[in-house]
Amino acid sequence: MAITRDDVLHVAALARLDLTEDEIARLELQLNDILEAVGKVSELDLSDVPPTSHPLDVVNVFRADEPRPSLPLDDVFANAPERDGDFFRVPPTGETAA
Amino acid sequence: MIDTLRLTAEEAIGMLERNEVSGAELRAAYRAAIDAHDEELHCFLTLVDDDENDGVPIALKDVISTKGVQTTAGSKILEGYDPVFDSTVAARCKSAGLQLLGKTNTDEFAMGSSTENSAFGPTKNPWDPTRVPGGSGGGSAAAVSAGLTPWALGSDTGGSIKQPSSLCGNVGLRPTYGTVSRYGVVAFASSLDQVGPVTKTVRDNALLYGIISGRDECDSTTVDVPPVELPDGEDLRGLRIGIPKELNEADGIEPGVRDAVRLAIELCNELGAEVGECELPRAVEYGLACYYLVAPAEASSNLARYDGVRYALREGADDYYEMVSRTRDAGFGDEPKRRIMLGTYALSAGYYEAYYGQAQKVRTVIAREFATAFERFDVLVSPTSPTVAFKLGERTENPLAMYLADVLTIPPNMAGLPGLSIPCGLSEGLPVGLQLIGAQFSENTLFRTGHALERAIGFDTVPERLR
Repeated sequence: MAITRDDVLHVAALARLDLTEDEIARLELQLNDILEAVGKVSELDLSDVPPTSHPLDVVNVFRADEPRPSLPLDDVFANAPERDGDFFRVPPTGETAA
Repeated sequence: MIDTLRLTAEEAIGMLERNEVSGAELRAAYRAAIDAHDEELHCFLTLVDDDENDGVPIALKDVISTKGVQTTAGSKILEGYDPVFDSTVAARCKSAGLQLLGKTNTDEFAMGSSTENSAFGPTKNPWDPTRVPGGSGGGSAAAVSAGLTPWALGSDTGGSIKQPSSLCGNVGLRPTYGTVSRYGVVAFASSLDQVGPVTKTVRDNALLYGIISGRDECDSTTVDVPPVELPDGEDLRGLRIGIPKELNEADGIEPGVRDAVRLAIELCNELGAEVGECELPRAVEYGLACYYLVAPAEASSNLARYDGVRYALREGADDYYEMVSRTRDAGFGDEPKRRIMLGTYALSAGYYEAYYGQAQKVRTVIAREFATAFERFDVLVSPTSPTVAFKLGERTENPLAMYLADVLTIPPNMAGLPGLSIPCGLSEGLPVGLQLIGAQFSENTLFRTGHALERAIGFDTVPERLR
């Protein structure tokens, strides 16, 4: 299951990484090496084995759905690169939007 | 005169209680040690100048959110990020009166085994500054080992507490998943991440674990934890200790590491434990592959939050999506990018079942193998790391070689099991760590085992060059 340059570009677009040419070339090689190593999991026939997504045998945890104070807005925006009143300000999402 | 190289946290607590020393004097002693050694070692990313508490000082790995104190996770993308709330573990340390010395260096987003992936430069090993301290929590481990803090917190996903503790000659606990809150801890792989103590002694470790563990309503994966018992026994009578063949004979285990571990196993016998062999055939053979699918998949999702909108870095662009992509390319280093790409690929349409789905099934197989072993044994023993501390730069060009550093710590982590690494000797003048693995929630058994072995081994945790 070799990874091609096109795969790298496709995955980078999904992951929203604007990779440089250098990075694309390097990742193509490294991801192929790593995927060859981790592809080892496919050697096992596990059709009867259930998946584990969580290491503990715990059930859902519920609490009463009661309103509580949330963070003050000034705290919420304290680390934001750009604030506009009660909003995070971002550049427009134009035609190039994926 | 406070000898920070030798003073344990337990002794410091005693001195404070008897008014033999003040909190300010303790703080000053550790600050002096930091001033003397941290330029060379680079354990700290941020130092805290004063603290309202006057108890025993502590250092926290820089993935642990501290209100008003910069928390970078070792990444440029979080440079300048000052959390507006405390993580639960930081809050519990505060409530216990501990005073914060600073935030310790880590591989970026805790991804690495040498601390060389920190965007702010590597930490050096106090036993030999030309070598790595391990990772990702190399800053915490090296700081404890060099006497720059009496104890510290780390976080462990694939081995980031156990492996650096092994390489720096101190005691590191990766607790059972769910015993310590992850609230406010920068997320890497949420089904694996766990915060734990890094200390000079097993008793200190139990003390600090007692402070940070327990159910937290802010983290729904936490559970009630059995009361922590401070270990004081000297024997291992009645304990059944298993030696998993595959974890002790894996390729790449250095002869010096094997010898030190073998001596520790003989000690288990002498201390009255019943020692026997067992097998974990697939847990070890497939553990690393399983981890490097599950952890990057979870990381690719967790790291999606760094979008240049809500905190820290933003790169300018005329379009929103371009801003996000540029910010992420500029802010993340090579290793997070590699793992985001790997994880995104493993989760993407057409590959999900073959990679991520299959890895989750392997995880079940691993958990079952450990469960079978714990039917016969109370504790499993192996080396923590196949090697002693390696040279800086030795593995940075080869990600797969770096990943192998965690080949022995990963299998129990996949099953959510606790693991305690204690120093068990030297090889080539560098510390060797012994990994004690327990069943879920058996921390007290690990402390008991570790404490008795620690006494019998008599390892000097102070690096030879600093004595």
